[in-house]
Amino acid sequence: MDRSLLVTFITIVCFLAVVQGVCAYLIWLERKLAAWMQDRVGPNRVGPFGLLQPIADGLKFLFKEELIPNHVDRLLFLLAPSIALMTALLAAAVVPFGPTNAAPRAPVPLWANASQAEKAQYEAAAARYRYDQEMFDEEMAEYRSHYQWVIAPNVDIGILFTFAVTSLAVYGIILGGWASNDKFSFLGALRSSAQLISYEIPLGLSIVGVVLYSGSLNLEQIIQHQAREGWNILYQPLAFLLFLTGVFAECNRLPFDLPEAEQELVGGYHTEYSGMKFALFFLGEYTHVVTTSLLLSIVFLGGWSFPWIATADSGPAIKFIVFMVKVVFFILVYMGVRWTIPRFRFDQLMGLAWKVLIPLALLNLVCAMIVREFQLTPWVLLATSIALIVGAGLIATRRPLAA
Amino acid sequence: MPMLASDVRWIEEPKLGILEQLYLPAIAEGLQTTVKHIFKPKITVQFPEQQPHLPPHYRGVHRLNRDEQGRVKCVACYMCATACPAHCIDIVAAPSPWPDREKYPELFVIDELRCIYCGMCEEACPVDAIELTTLYDLTGLSREEMMFDKEKLLSVFDETVKAGTDPIRTSAGRLGPASELPK
Repeated sequence: MDRSLLVTFITIVCFLAVVQGVCAYLIWLERKLAAWMQDRVGPNRVGPFGLLQPIADGLKFLFKEELIPNHVDRLLFLLAPSIALMTALLAAAVVPFGPTNAAPRAPVPLWANASQAEKAQYEAAAARYRYDQEMFDEEMAEYRSHYQWVIAPNVDIGILFTFAVTSLAVYGIILGGWASNDKFSFLGALRSSAQLISYEIPLGLSIVGVVLYSGSLNLEQIIQHQAREGWNILYQPLAFLLFLTGVFAECNRLPFDLPEAEQELVGGYHTEYSGMKFALFFLGEYTHVVTTSLLLSIVFLGGWSFPWIATADSGPAIKFIVFMVKVVFFILVYMGVRWTIPRFRFDQLMGLAWKVLIPLALLNLVCAMIVREFQLTPWVLLATSIALIVGAGLIATRRPLAA
Repeated sequence: MPMLASDVRWIEEPKLGILEQLYLPAIAEGLQTTVKHIFKPKITVQFPEQQPHLPPHYRGVHRLNRDEQGRVKCVACYMCATACPAHCIDIVAAPSPWPDREKYPELFVIDELRCIYCGMCEEACPVDAIELTTLYDLTGLSREEMMFDKEKLLSVFDETVKAGTDPIRTSAGRLGPASELPK
């Protein structure tokens, strides 16, 4: 890679600093919004409008006594919040947070022994992609001359990497619950692990439909594709809804926050944690929120693109603003949904994942495959998405209600 | 008595239509309600800059009322001490120095910490002598300090009348004080 180590290092430092600061102020925003939605005022004593509240909270966490109960497994107890935060931050390494260009695709190597017919067929299919080496080199040089607003640019398995690392966050929760050595934490950890594992499947399946269209798991390519062709939410609203539900479950946020529900489990997996370790769990959760909001806006809402305002040739400032507006919108959706919908019971939660989301995701994928195979217009997908949603509703009215 | 079949009421679960089964319209409606509440006025009272608006019948600290001549109205009939569920009123009667009443309280002590602020003494009093005011922020540095004697209770009267928060609501002969609102 040509990108200098220094540039990457500076990007990492800026990104981490901004994300940690944003997470701290997301706590403020959450408390304020929660208060406003409940007809009260929220924190307003510490600084104007309570804006210094996160700083007060941070200082409190720093100065609090580091309590490690006697009955816990010390190593795992201390390791768990670190894993939770580390994986959350690592997953954000490939997620763009500003204007990016897509790298040119690698030239397709011609097989040495392929027949002419095969080659012709392959070249026809790959006709959308340039496969000339010189042109590729030129474009690659041009790509590298721009600064990409992402820590690790041009990772071809971008979104797969994010999902894989996010799955590792389950370890943080499981270890936290197990090491705490008490029944509430244990139950919370088990519930959380079952929930996270179950909801990763519709999460991944819903993305595959999008990936089929953009032709790559590379997040920058996905944005590029949408900048050309229109936002994915227009063509695949069902995939959007499935992904949205999946990320609510991944972030352990209401309506899927049974693992940390106060009314049910005292605190779930973070019952025994206090002080900075608890703060690390919290930061990990909010980092997940930020990362998944970024992902939502990249994969379905077109990242930095907006039909007329921010196209591929606009300046970086307008692209960044458009991107951030989308991310903030999703964060507000997270918070609004938290204070609107009641929590799922655990069996309802698992039933939703396995009996509703996975079949719908599979059917959505099959529709996407059919549409792509027969090269129909993507608007057919919009029709099939709506048909699937309505069909699912109709089936639900016929089924005998679960006990 | 055994249960009859006619005692049992069978209720059917309401059938959900397709829009309800989708849950999405309901969620959208819920989000609308939540967002509407963001813009409604807040009901928080910013204490201590704003004091809460208390209704006139708020049951706070007791006071002993004075009559028009400034004498204590209480006739030491022991009705309030008898009515008190927490037994916090302690009265010692003595022959009154004034001609128009037989007795007056030589000693009248209420233990404000034992009191449950139920207002039974206020309801029981036949001469509207004892009332509960709207003073709610009562503090003391010792338990002995919180046993209010007659002078203290009369001083509460003087203060609340001066501050105008609890006007004199007595009405000899007519319905009890709880039925009279200040004009």
